[in-house]
Amino acid sequence: MRRLLTGNAAAAWGARLARADYVPAFPITPQTEIIELLAQWFDSGELRGRLTLLESEHSMLTAAAAAAATGVRVFTATSSQGLLYAMEMLYTVPGWRAPFVLVNVSRGLASPITLESDHNDVLAARDSGFLQFHCASCQEVVDSVLLAYRLAEDPRVRLPAIVNLDGFHLSFTREPVDLPTAEAAAAFLPPFESHGIGFRASRPVSQAVAVLGGSAYSYFRYETHLAAEQALAAHGAIAAEFAQRFGRPHEAVERYRSDDAEIVFFMIGAFATKAMDAVDRLREAGVAAGLVRPRLLRPYPAADLQRALAGRRAVAVIDQNLSVGKGGVLHGELASVLYGQPDAPLLASYVGGLGGRDISAEEFFQIARELQDAVLAGRVPPPRLLYTAGELRQMRNLQAIAAAPGIAGARA
Amino acid sequence: MYRIRLHGRGGQGIKTGSRILGSAFFGAGFEVQDAPVYGAERRGASMAAHVRAARSPIRERGVITRPDLVALADETLLQVPAANVLSGVGPDSVLLLHGNGDAETWRARLAFSGTVVVLPAAGEHAEAELGGARCAGAAARLAGVISRQQLMAAIAQELASLGPSATETTTAQALAAYDAVARHAGVLRESRPAAAVAFAAPEWIDLPLESARIAAPDIFAAATSVEMRTGLWRTMRPEIDYAHCNRCAWICSTLCPDSAIRVLADRSPEIDLEHCKGCMICVSVCPPHAIRALPERAARARELAAAP
Repeated sequence: MRRLLTGNAAAAWGARLARADYVPAFPITPQTEIIELLAQWFDSGELRGRLTLLESEHSMLTAAAAAAATGVRVFTATSSQGLLYAMEMLYTVPGWRAPFVLVNVSRGLASPITLESDHNDVLAARDSGFLQFHCASCQEVVDSVLLAYRLAEDPRVRLPAIVNLDGFHLSFTREPVDLPTAEAAAAFLPPFESHGIGFRASRPVSQAVAVLGGSAYSYFRYETHLAAEQALAAHGAIAAEFAQRFGRPHEAVERYRSDDAEIVFFMIGAFATKAMDAVDRLREAGVAAGLVRPRLLRPYPAADLQRALAGRRAVAVIDQNLSVGKGGVLHGELASVLYGQPDAPLLASYVGGLGGRDISAEEFFQIARELQDAVLAGRVPPPRLLYTAGELRQMRNLQAIAAAPGIAGARA
Repeated sequence: MYRIRLHGRGGQGIKTGSRILGSAFFGAGFEVQDAPVYGAERRGASMAAHVRAARSPIRERGVITRPDLVALADETLLQVPAANVLSGVGPDSVLLLHGNGDAETWRARLAFSGTVVVLPAAGEHAEAELGGARCAGAAARLAGVISRQQLMAAIAQELASLGPSATETTTAQALAAYDAVARHAGVLRESRPAAAVAFAAPEWIDLPLESARIAAPDIFAAATSVEMRTGLWRTMRPEIDYAHCNRCAWICSTLCPDSAIRVLADRSPEIDLEHCKGCMICVSVCPPHAIRALPERAARARELAAAP
């Protein structure tokens, strides 16, 4: 049945349809609605299991992974500063090889502290060993939670997964969502078969032991990497089954009107649907534009991206993140898999949408225009921050009110 | 696509109004997106919510920069530049104003080139809490594609968790608004998205490198919060009855969370209405009940009437 749900409600429904046994929780804007809903459902008996409030995200993530290591199905959620507060455990627990799902509601990182969305928080988890799904709609949120459990729990993979949705633009935004029935969800995602992960007092196991010496360390770390790489093939099969059951294909890489496109927008997250709109408008104006959007960021679908972009003339990577001192993270990642490929497109870098800043339709059109010029010139423009003269004027007003030294109009 | 922006103050039910309108469109067979926009939640502070409705899936997101309808639950927000109530309106836009006055006067005063529809503000209770629902009811009628039944079903759905009394009150207010703007039914039209030909190129700039002295988020000016007239957030006003004030000289002034009550030399309290947010804590703590709560609109009307 289709109903209007926020991205947060869709995430909670994902946990409900997955029949999560245990939810360690800690509130943080813009994620809190997820655990509020789950708490209501546990309280009313609509969901059987246990929700526990921990004293921090660090403890929350530790509890999540420890519970997963006893063989139960675990769900948890956080955002931004909370994800960073849990960072030590975020890098620790994938090596435990106990699967669970963590929803991250993206929000820009301090400083300055803010509430609205960009992707620097989840990209700080990029190298942790968590699988990463990136959603562009509320429908994708509920679907991705189910897909994430299947992939994380796959015996060939056995890694925790992050499902990421943008704060505000998905978390607080209602859209029509087609919720799978409990029966259909259970048929797709059967009860967690732990394949020996478990806790028995009579059968002691020392988990997550320390090693000294690089050889043992290298072995365990690289096994985690191989499992993540293996997840690509596993994801293909799982997504195909999902599409067959529910009629919604969620491939590792979404291609929107890109197969015959000359110029391509490359983005992740909710603003990618704005890029789809821009593609339609550009097509109406006679510009062969398209969108390529990785839904799966870890493992990185390198071969799919190489195929999707081979023969395109130019690509604009629009990064809603900033690696300070380097630039857009996705730009560098894409360059690394396109470098040296035959028929590789020109690659331009745009950073936009930081801290919830809008990206207007006209900005997409202007990016397309710059890509067309780049194709003619055979080289791309320098990296650009999407920022206008009007925005700087507003900034000057704020600085004047703040009496920033040397700003005209500032009070002494 | 219909692109609708609701503006009001925290506590006036703007988010609820946007959800009622979104559900009503959804019930009428539209694809829908609705979303509130706010920072740290504050009763009385300006906030907005967006509703998009279309016959095909909606891919636009975030702020509505060119609204077909601006529904304003509280006309005092027009004095607050940061509320950006009229941002992006044009000759094809409709402004629904929940308040007093007539449409032509507002049109002239605001130099508004589109259509103005005034929805007369109802009683005191409705004003404080049901502005969003009233705007939703009126907006549904202005679109002309939502039936009374669809509006009522949407309200029942959105307010289900609040119980039958809240549903009944809200339904009555929203339907009254729906009926009050009947002669404007259909005035709200769908608009097309911005085309990719002959568009206005964004005025991008290269951000200059500046001294860390100003490029860190620091505020050097002292006491800037005085300039933030939080008194404009008020929907209710505390009023001291000095005949009953027992000059305790500390309770209301100490418990005011915004330090907006000072005590004069003769031990009389004085409320700084420029900054009082209207939380009404003073009303509830005053031992002799010498402070009463007045709807802000009524208080202002009285002031206007008393002015020479």
